[in-house]
Amino acid sequence: MKKESKMWRDNLRGIFYIALKDIKTYYFKPPAVSWGIVFPITWILAFYLRNPGSFEELVPGLIAMTILFSTTAAEAVVINFELRLGSLERLLLAPIGLSAVLFGKVLGGVVFGFAMTTVVTIGSTIVLGLQPNFVYLILIIIPSLLVFSSLGALLCVLVKEVFEAQTLLNLPRFLMIFLSGVVYPVSKMPAALQYLSYALPLTYTVEGLRFSFSGVAGRIVLSYTLILIGFLLLFILPAVKLLGKKFE
Amino acid sequence: MGKDMIIRVSDLTKRYGEILAVDHISFEVEKGEVFGFLGPNGAGKTTTIRMLTGPSKPTDGKASILGFDINSQIVQIKKHIGVVPEISNLYDDLSGFDNLLFMAQLYGVPRTQRRKRAEELLKTFRLYERKDSRFRTFSRGMKRALTIAAALIHNPEVIFLDEPTVGLDVVAARSLRNLISNLRRQGVTIFLTTHYLEEADLLCDRVAILVKGRILAIDTPQALKDKTNKKSLEEAFMEITGLEPEVLAIEKGK
Repeated sequence: MKKESKMWRDNLRGIFYIALKDIKTYYFKPPAVSWGIVFPITWILAFYLRNPGSFEELVPGLIAMTILFSTTAAEAVVINFELRLGSLERLLLAPIGLSAVLFGKVLGGVVFGFAMTTVVTIGSTIVLGLQPNFVYLILIIIPSLLVFSSLGALLCVLVKEVFEAQTLLNLPRFLMIFLSGVVYPVSKMPAALQYLSYALPLTYTVEGLRFSFSGVAGRIVLSYTLILIGFLLLFILPAVKLLGKKFE
Repeated sequence: MGKDMIIRVSDLTKRYGEILAVDHISFEVEKGEVFGFLGPNGAGKTTTIRMLTGPSKPTDGKASILGFDINSQIVQIKKHIGVVPEISNLYDDLSGFDNLLFMAQLYGVPRTQRRKRAEELLKTFRLYERKDSRFRTFSRGMKRALTIAAALIHNPEVIFLDEPTVGLDVVAARSLRNLISNLRRQGVTIFLTTHYLEEADLLCDRVAILVKGRILAIDTPQALKDKTNKKSLEEAFMEITGLEPEVLAIEKGK
């Protein structure tokens, strides 16, 4: 029992310091900030200028895009970059588990994503005078950050080269932007596309955020949180497995 | 009275599909010994180190370090060992000091000792003046030195050095050999792979000769020379491995 708790402590320490090192080394640098926050804002503004209407309705989509792009901005390249340099193997020599190494990488993306999302959420709330339910917001934003950071990690371990990871990641990114209700409501899509839409995690982020801003349907928000946790497991478990195989 | 064996390896095997990279090797390393693992490229030296230190799992066989099993207790093993991989794989964008500090954090060196330990090692390896420079700006020798310093951050009882002097100039290589001798005097057990047979002759108490994943001989360098009736370990190595005809063929090809 004591040995187990010691191992947990070692792993948690490893996760924390790997995330801290990644944040210091890769995040909060122009390319990551550009992908993480500038791109979503520009995209949403471009859409708004094309179809001027209520900007408030676009805020959930803007936050969701910020979550998606900021978590995956550096995440998608960090793992392969370190694999190539051999520094990821260096981490495996430390007294922590393989999963702790991957969770550390994921946490780095989550922390950066959280910072970017907080700026966008608070900024748009203040500027537009919105009154979201902050508990609901957290129930959607935190699992979403974990989901998309894990998705970045999974796609990264699926490929060999750094550029392949970025290219591969753009497929689900843009698919989700168009099909998850970021700029066009899911309810107005053809039935077949709606089914596809609910197979994508970003849909639950966008819809959950919409409910958070309207402040109603707490049960639905909670159910979306659980669905997002399901996606998290769906991405993170194979990512750990695949990362292990890379070292065989 | 049995000797205090720190590393025990029995029938250790690694297979990649059809390729048998390490073929049922067995050996033991005594406490405080410098044990050399010699062999040509592709012999299985690095694969063996990777199995013993965690990144790779054996296909078959058993091994233990300090009594901990490599299959089930690898995390405990990692706390007591230091590993210097073949490539200097620290973080380019972190300074020399920050790289060591990060390793101290990962290995759970107590918070109050981390900075002191990192500074001590930077001084030992004569890198203190460059402690705030990024790793990417270091020369190859300095990178190697910092990589070794990183492996020593938690005062390990066993050190694995994979080709430690490859790419180093004469001065840096000599300085590293002195360091290995110092570590040995401190009672640290050293597992070393090298291509440089003179280096192995100079440093190692015993050597194992590995070819195509199999150990062909294990003994002291002197005993191997005596057995083969050769003057140098290099000649003994060529005799044992049967690689001499290949060398002659290459020479004839010229």
